Amino acid sequence: MAMTEQEILAGLGEIVDEVAGVPADQVTPDKSFVDDLDIDSLSMVEIAVAAQDKFGVEIPDDQLKNLKTVQDVVNYVHSAEVSA
Amino acid sequence: MRLAEGTAGARILAFGAYQPARVVTNDEIAQQVDTNDEWIRSRVGVVSRRIAGPDESVADMAVAAGGKALAASGLSPGDIDLVIVATCTPEAPIPNTAATVATRLGIVAPGAFDLNAACAGFCYALATASDAVRAGTSRHVLVIGAEKLSQWVDWTDRSTCIIFADGAGAAVVGPVAEPNASPGIGPVVWGSDGAMADKIFIKDRQSFIFQEGQAVFRWATTALHPVAKKACEAAGVDPGELAAFVPHQANLRIIEAIAKKIGAPQARVATDIIHSGNTSSASIPLALSAMIERGEVGSGSAVLLLGFGAGISYAAQVITVP
Repeated sequence: MAMTEQEILAGLGEIVDEVAGVPADQVTPDKSFVDDLDIDSLSMVEIAVAAQDKFGVEIPDDQLKNLKTVQDVVNYVHSAEVSA
Repeated sequence: MRLAEGTAGARILAFGAYQPARVVTNDEIAQQVDTNDEWIRSRVGVVSRRIAGPDESVADMAVAAGGKALAASGLSPGDIDLVIVATCTPEAPIPNTAATVATRLGIVAPGAFDLNAACAGFCYALATASDAVRAGTSRHVLVIGAEKLSQWVDWTDRSTCIIFADGAGAAVVGPVAEPNASPGIGPVVWGSDGAMADKIFIKDRQSFIFQEGQAVFRWATTALHPVAKKACEAAGVDPGELAAFVPHQANLRIIEAIAKKIGAPQARVATDIIHSGNTSSASIPLALSAMIERGEVGSGSAVLLLGFGAGISYAAQVITVP
C-alpha cells in the first residue's frame, strides 16, 4: 500500500539525519536541501540511494537535480508510488 | 604438450613508492580556478597533491617506484622475468612503458607489457602477476602502477583539477616457497560494465579527462561493497579479520561510504588521497606503502584491496602484508 505524504516525510527525515547528520525535526517540507539544510550534491545522491531502499522508488540523477526542497522529494516519491 | 610447473600460491615480497617532489595545495589551485580549500576538502577530501615536473615522465616515476620495490625485496634485477605496468596515461601508444622501465632497472629480456584498467589497474596487474607465478610462466614479477594524470587534466576545470594527481607504486610478486603455506595474494574478483563507459573518459589525445561525478559516486557507493565482500569470501577471510582496507583513492567520501558497508569496523581505512590526490592505478600501492612505512599494518596481516574506475572496471583481492 502506498505511503501517505506524512509517512514519506518522516522516512525522509530519518534518511537525512542518517546521511547528513541533520536532525529529522528540521527536515520540514519547505526546506531547501542546499540552502537551508546545507546538503551538497553527493549527499543528495546518498539520500536518493537510501530513499530507493526505503521507499522502493528510484530517483535517477537527471530527476534528482530538479528536487530542490523536501516537499519536492516527498511529491516525487508519492507520485511514483501512486503510479506504480 | 607439457605445462609449466607452477606453485600453489603467490605473495607480495615488497612494495615501493614514488611521488613527485612538487606539492600543490588547494590554495594554489584556488588561485587558478574558482574554488576554495574548504569546498575541495568537503567534496573530495584532498588537502594537497603531488604533481610531476614537466620533464618527469610516467616511466621515470615507474622506474623510481619499481627500483625501490626491487631493492626492498632483496632480489636482483636478474630474478625478475615479467614486468607489468598498469597505466592509463602512457607517454605514447608504442613502445609500451614496461619494456623501457625494465631496461632502465637492469632487468634483461623480461616479459613486459602495459595494462589499462584505469583506476582498477593495479589490482588487475597484481592478479595477472599472481596467476603467472602460480601457473609457472613467471617466477618473480615486478608490478607497477604509474600515472601522470596532470597531463590529461584541464587545469581550468574545477570539477576535475582538484582531484587528480601523479605518482607510482610498485610490488614484487613471487612464489610462496613453503608447501601448504597460505598464499599471500587471494583470488581476484573482477568485472566491468562498458555501458557506463561514458561516465569517466578521455575522448581523444587532444582532450582532457571528463567525469560525471554524481553518476560515478552513485555507482561506487552502491555497487562496490558487494565486490569487496566477494573478494573476502573468495579468499576465505572474514571481513572482521582484515587489518586494513585499501580502496582506490578516488574521493574520500566514496572511500568512507564503501568502508562503512564492508563489515570491517576494525580495519584501518586508507585515506592517502588527503595528501596524494587521486593517482588512478598508483593510488593503492602508494597508500598501502605509506601505511606499512608508518607501521599501521604489520607483516602477515590481511589487507583488502579494491580498485575501480573508468571502463567502468573494478577488481578486488585480499593480500598478506610482506
